[in-house]
Amino acid sequence: MIRFFLSRLLQAMPVIFIVITATFFLIRSAPGGPFDADKVVSQEVIERLNERYNLDAPLHQQYFDYLSHLIRGDFGPSFRYTNRSVTEMIGAGLPITFELAIYAIMIALIIGISAGMLAAVRPNTAQDYIPMSLAMTGICMPSFLLGPLLVLVFGIWLQWLPVSGWGYSPGDKILPAITLGSTYAAYIARLTRGGMLEVLNQDYIRTAKAKGLSTSKIIFKHALRGGLAPVVAFLGPAIAGLLAGSFVVETIFQIPGLGRFYVQAAFNRDYTMIMGTTILLSCLIVFLNMLSDLLAVWLNPRLTLDAKH
Amino acid sequence: MATDSLQQYQDVVFDQGRSPWQDAWYRLKQNKLAIISLNFLAALVVIAVLTPWLAPYGYETQNLALGASGPSTAHWLGTDIHGRDLMTRLMYGGRISLMVGFAATAVSLVIGVLWGAIAGYVGGLTDTVLMRIVDILYALPFMIFIILLMVVFGRSLLLLFLAIGLIEWLTMARIVRTQVMNIRNQEFVSAAIVTGLSHWQIISRHIIPHIIGPVIVYITLTIPSVMLLEAFLSFLGLGIQPPQSSWGVLISGGVETMEEYPWLLLFPGLTLSATLFALNFLGDGLRDALDPRATRD
Repeated sequence: MIRFFLSRLLQAMPVIFIVITATFFLIRSAPGGPFDADKVVSQEVIERLNERYNLDAPLHQQYFDYLSHLIRGDFGPSFRYTNRSVTEMIGAGLPITFELAIYAIMIALIIGISAGMLAAVRPNTAQDYIPMSLAMTGICMPSFLLGPLLVLVFGIWLQWLPVSGWGYSPGDKILPAITLGSTYAAYIARLTRGGMLEVLNQDYIRTAKAKGLSTSKIIFKHALRGGLAPVVAFLGPAIAGLLAGSFVVETIFQIPGLGRFYVQAAFNRDYTMIMGTTILLSCLIVFLNMLSDLLAVWLNPRLTLDAKH
Repeated sequence: MATDSLQQYQDVVFDQGRSPWQDAWYRLKQNKLAIISLNFLAALVVIAVLTPWLAPYGYETQNLALGASGPSTAHWLGTDIHGRDLMTRLMYGGRISLMVGFAATAVSLVIGVLWGAIAGYVGGLTDTVLMRIVDILYALPFMIFIILLMVVFGRSLLLLFLAIGLIEWLTMARIVRTQVMNIRNQEFVSAAIVTGLSHWQIISRHIIPHIIGPVIVYITLTIPSVMLLEAFLSFLGLGIQPPQSSWGVLISGGVETMEEYPWLLLFPGLTLSATLFALNFLGDGLRDALDPRATRD
């Protein structure tokens, strides 16, 4: 276990390092800088700004300065929002993005697993076809289409739910969470169905049936654990995808989370903010992938942590 | 119908014998959804190619006096706020969306197949190094990079192909490598080596025919994910640049005015979803047809 963690950590280091380096040089090589946006300012002011934010140093010098600050946990000041540090802004955005992702993944798991189980118990009947067609619809309905449609129907036509915001009025978290979760609910339903079908054909399930166990006991006690293995393997990438999907959902619903910050920072050439969010999101994704590998082993004792090769 | 087709099946099998490709085509034809999807997609491609002659109006033809109007006999799918015919714009947008889908998939196909085939065929240290690189790239948050790339280097169509193709080749490389490795260790390849065939002959006669199936299946599944990615970027304002448009751009524009003119969102959305539907169904059908042993998902 500890060996697994250490080796994965060692693998993660170069990945994170590549991310930091590539992002750093990529944004610096972009035409346009953070200060040439809306206002026309004099050359002198620009020079002073560049000096203040260490933009006048040679590029490699900036790079090493950034790294040495980073090691001390300092993401630097935001270029766009004066007097706010990147750490502060991430601190404000991260909990919101996290909350949204947790609601979304809960919705995805509950709907996806129940639909997949329903389908697997009676394959090739209406109980299979209806949830699976819905799942296909979910996969083919991207969040940037589903979100506005939900807003149109439930927010504008029926006026049941607020159309935007996060925590300002009751119920405004429902539509974003559904929008973000639905695609993953669909994938999870398909994975659950596939996994369950395979497990339900195994000998030990036949034994359990022969012992006279009830159907619900067979499914929940014996089949589910093995049948969910593909779902667990999918969870790591899914959560990584959720974080990326939050770009769109946070933009549609005007939620002040990390995804929206990232897109804005990219448009504004807010160098430090881009670096900060990129590093954070990459670390999260790497960590979540590690976690889902661990969970997969826990669910299926026949796998071992070192058996990947 | 069941006995009829069984009879046909037996006729063919017993009288002439069938190649694996005929076999696969037969299995695919049994899958109605896949065949409907195939026809739908073929129609889409034909429409996209012939758009300049088929489109009822000019792409930029405005009718400001008319403005946004709902579906009518003159404009089947309505018009946008500048009075431009929505169906015409959907047809032109489809050209771009499909082109991005095919071109980016082609990029990923070339890189992925070469990479995976070399890793699988050569093996040893080469394999280890190549696949480690794939592992590391897998862990990178690509969506973030693509957004950056598009912001930083401007929204050119060529860059879009390359950027999307550069993410999508990873899975292709893995699939091809596994497949090539399996085949390379089979006895008929050893036999081919013993009879003195060159590497190139072995690759072209024995390896390629065996990997085409899984590659085709994966292509049909890559195209929708690429089109989705393009639409996603266009929605964020990072994809195709006006005056060109794609389905993603039309959806994004439709969202802005969906309260007053919902059809500007509904029709592009429906078109994109239907296309993705068809591609996914065709992919599923092809997987069942080309590799009967593989289970779904």
